[in-house]
Amino acid sequence: MSLFRVFDIAGSGMVAESVRLNTVASNLANAGTVAASEREAYRARMPVFRAVLEEAQAVARVRVAGIVEDRRPVEREYRPGHPLADADGYVWRTNVNVIEQMAEMIAASRAYQTNVDVLGTVRQLLAATLRIGE
Amino acid sequence: MNLDEALGIHAQALVWRARRMEVLASNLANAETPGYKARDLDFRAALAAARGAGGVQLAVRHPRHLRPAGSLAPVLRYRIPAQPALDGNTVDPDLEKAAFAENVVRYQASLRFVSGKIKGLLRAIKGE
Repeated sequence: MSLFRVFDIAGSGMVAESVRLNTVASNLANAGTVAASEREAYRARMPVFRAVLEEAQAVARVRVAGIVEDRRPVEREYRPGHPLADADGYVWRTNVNVIEQMAEMIAASRAYQTNVDVLGTVRQLLAATLRIGE
Repeated sequence: MNLDEALGIHAQALVWRARRMEVLASNLANAETPGYKARDLDFRAALAAARGAGGVQLAVRHPRHLRPAGSLAPVLRYRIPAQPALDGNTVDPDLEKAAFAENVVRYQASLRFVSGKIKGLLRAIKGE
């Protein structure tokens, strides 16, 4: 019964979107952190999604292929009083863009919701199919 | 009379609708996957083949010639995107959601038909 496979597909979507929500949460939590050097500075993380094609490429689950870091440069800020400041009085901020992350969060939660809706609907349909002929 | 004939095309329609549900769920799950191309099933060709109109029949001149029975499958096609994304993704979530809702209603309709046929058969068997 191919309806059962929808659970798999929508479930994979939910897993992927929750990974994305987790990276957003991590980025937002670290939006204000500073580091002592450019190498140690926090960089925004984001998941890379990949479709997993199955069965003569008719259906596709989604999988998180990996988490990549934002390659945009981190900024230097002059704060000589900061305990992490280097010899010249600079600290390194993150390259997290809060507005971008908020938009990402909304998109991820919407996509998650869509997968939940699909799952719920298919569950009802399966229940109705089990009651066939009653 | 066998049971397949009694249920008519509705039993087959249920299988196709379930299949389409799977394809649409794939599209929705991959709504943000770079390079993913949205797909859908083409029912028109399948239905025409099932009705015998437009379907190509193989000539059978020998009892051991094969009669392809599985040729009624709906054809999987790529959706033509209205506004493809820069990352090569062609899924339009709103369109997919609408198609999914439509497919659910049609599945329920087929289910109702099959259920009705079975109820009718049961009544005939019981002789009520």
